[in-house]
Amino acid sequence: MTENWIILGATSSMAKAFGRAVSVEGARVFLAGRDMADLETSAEDCRLRGAVGAEAVTFDARDISGFGAIVERVTQEDGMINVAVFVGSMPPQAEIDADPSLIAGVVSDSYTGPAAFLQTIAPAMEARGGGTVIGVGSVAGDRGRIGNYVYGSAKAGFHTYLSGLRNRLTRSGGHVVTVKPGFVDSAMTWGIEGMFLVAPPENVARDLLAAVEKKKNTIYTPFFWRIIMGIIKAIPERMFKKMSV
Amino acid sequence: MLWNSLTYAGWGRVKTASGPVARPERVSSLQAALADDPGPAIGHCRSYGDACLNDGRPAVKMVRLDRMIGFDETTGILEAEAGLKVGEIARVFAPRGWLPTVMPGTGFATVGGCIANDVHGKNHHGAGSFGQYVTEITLMQGGKQTRITPQSDPELFRATVGGMGQTGVIVAAKLQLLACKGDVMVVTERRIDNFDSFVAALDGSKATYTVGWIDATAKGDQLGRGILEEGETDYGLVPAKKSSKSVPFNAPRFALSKPVVKAFNNAYYRRVSEAGRTSVKPIQDYFFPLDRIHDWNRLYGKAGFIQFQCVVPMGKLSAVKRLLEKIAHSGQASPLAVLKRMGPGRAGMMSFPMEGYTLAVDFRAGKKAFKLINELENMTAEAGGRVYFAKDATLGAQHVPAMYPELSTFAAVINKIDPDGVYETDLTRRLKIRSAL
Ligand SMILES: Cc1cc2nc3c(=O)[nH]c(=O)nc-3n(C[C@H](O)[C@H](O)[C@H](O)COP(=O)(O)OP(=O)(O)OC[C@H]3O[C@@H](n4cnc5c(N)ncnc54)[C@H](O)[C@@H]3O)c2cc1C
Repeated sequence: MTENWIILGATSSMAKAFGRAVSVEGARVFLAGRDMADLETSAEDCRLRGAVGAEAVTFDARDISGFGAIVERVTQEDGMINVAVFVGSMPPQAEIDADPSLIAGVVSDSYTGPAAFLQTIAPAMEARGGGTVIGVGSVAGDRGRIGNYVYGSAKAGFHTYLSGLRNRLTRSGGHVVTVKPGFVDSAMTWGIEGMFLVAPPENVARDLLAAVEKKKNTIYTPFFWRIIMGIIKAIPERMFKKMSV
Repeated sequence: MLWNSLTYAGWGRVKTASGPVARPERVSSLQAALADDPGPAIGHCRSYGDACLNDGRPAVKMVRLDRMIGFDETTGILEAEAGLKVGEIARVFAPRGWLPTVMPGTGFATVGGCIANDVHGKNHHGAGSFGQYVTEITLMQGGKQTRITPQSDPELFRATVGGMGQTGVIVAAKLQLLACKGDVMVVTERRIDNFDSFVAALDGSKATYTVGWIDATAKGDQLGRGILEEGETDYGLVPAKKSSKSVPFNAPRFALSKPVVKAFNNAYYRRVSEAGRTSVKPIQDYFFPLDRIHDWNRLYGKAGFIQFQCVVPMGKLSAVKRLLEKIAHSGQASPLAVLKRMGPGRAGMMSFPMEGYTLAVDFRAGKKAFKLINELENMTAEAGGRVYFAKDATLGAQHVPAMYPELSTFAAVINKIDPDGVYETDLTRRLKIRSAL
């Protein structure tokens, strides 16, 4: 049976690597995002690498009115419906400090937009009795830190949403994988100071596929971020509040 | 972010550059980077010297623009973005019966890099160079994209192929792939006793893919001994893939000292029995043997290394022999030495190939090596040969006009396209490519 994968935020390098990985396995992919010219090119790339079908669909996390059309399009196809969420935005904290109205956009992109999309498509997944959601969150959501706590808090909200959705979809045979990537070598981290142990997007994609296969609930990728975040989370708040990690 | 301030190196790690590098993931960000601070495009920096460097100035790394844009099953023409690795094309298409018609010795080279150096492969004697199979190039010049073909813009096309990035940024290209039997290679290896027999064997080879490994430490009667490798594509069971290894740190100096290299070469030579042998290899292992060991350039230690590669025209065989003699007597050669017969095929004004014999040898960088290479360069020039820019880090600018007779035409074309020299690289500045008249 063909697996359908809707990839939200498909222009990012992590999403591109993931799209290629499922294409090689013969999935049908729907590449969702805003830059249609770019997505069309990626769709052809996926087809040439083995996808049984690949198309670009318009998705803007801040515009809920467009979600229904995607669900309608995907449900025309047979097979399981799976969704991988790669959207999110992280303006520098200083910009947010200067203009607090930016918070709404960060929260839409990183949490409420994708959550609303998943909420819209969940009944269709349930009706087919299965399917997997991969929700890409962030280690930044594990603890609020001075450098990016607005983004972090949106991702924390998304993590909680995903655990609730997991609870729901399990009942109909579905599954939700929460992914917490550390630093990934992408346009987002390119040129940002203080990056270390940056992971190639292809490795992250491999980890995601393995997590889907093994029905993992929450993964850190690369795996050692679980240890790093374990340590960061263990620091008592009275000390943590004075640190800048 | 758009820019990352980096220190980066050519593959030999003798030459480095520091400067802002953009690595766009979409064509729109490529446009934004070029509008912000234009510079030359670079690929995976598999050029050994300074062809892929732009010290103190911006460069655009194309490796994330690496998608396949379209494939025509009937003609075998693949359109791909410039950052796609040739090895990736082989990996995806060989099982379907297609291969890049020309492949260099590393699968990491990008489509853009292969065009810009008009690279050659083990089939050059028959197939010619990479650029001969490029049917269209999408070029970005000052934010504007144009599609050029050998028919629509013959001069610009011939300046772009082998043009070291000097005509602008190659965004995408159409490549004529080659129908192949499948994704394995049948390889025959034969020991060759000395230089003269080697040349005879290369001249007489009927194989599609032919290359010679030379023991560059052997002297006297054994000068030019080595192993001739001939290959054809085939289909069938692929032998189990060995996992790739990587070199985690710089090797100490003694790792490539004279006695070690001599012993290694001797063993490598005797590995193939006198009667020769035939084996079946996965296509990647045959074409890109060194790619299996990641970061193998660290084997040469901190100082890095230089590859000297020249081509000498047909009538000048004695010069090739003299080059080999000089190398053997210097005691500086590394195990990596290759001799190949080249055909006349070339597609650009500044393309390296010419009909003759090409010799490539690695040397650990150092004063002695620089002096030796300098002499080899002079000998090559005297023989009417050329040095390959993709490998070069040391050539003197005075040699270029004679080695590349179309230099002045090329310079005129690029100076018109790019009067401010924004696409210049450390190599084109060192070799004074723009000032040739
Ligand atoms: C192990 C090994 C084996 C090799 N074997 C061979 C061989 O058999 N035959 C052979 O011919 N070469 C060989 N090479 C050399 C290699 O193929 C070339 O140097 C090739 O150009 C490297 O491609 P790259 O993508 O790394 O380009 P880079 O080294 O990054 O750049 C090379 C040149 O291409 C230009 N360039 C790169 N991308 C673009 C673009 N998109 N638009 C415009 N200009 C661009 C750069 O400005 C630069 O001038 C070998 C190299 C290695 C490391």
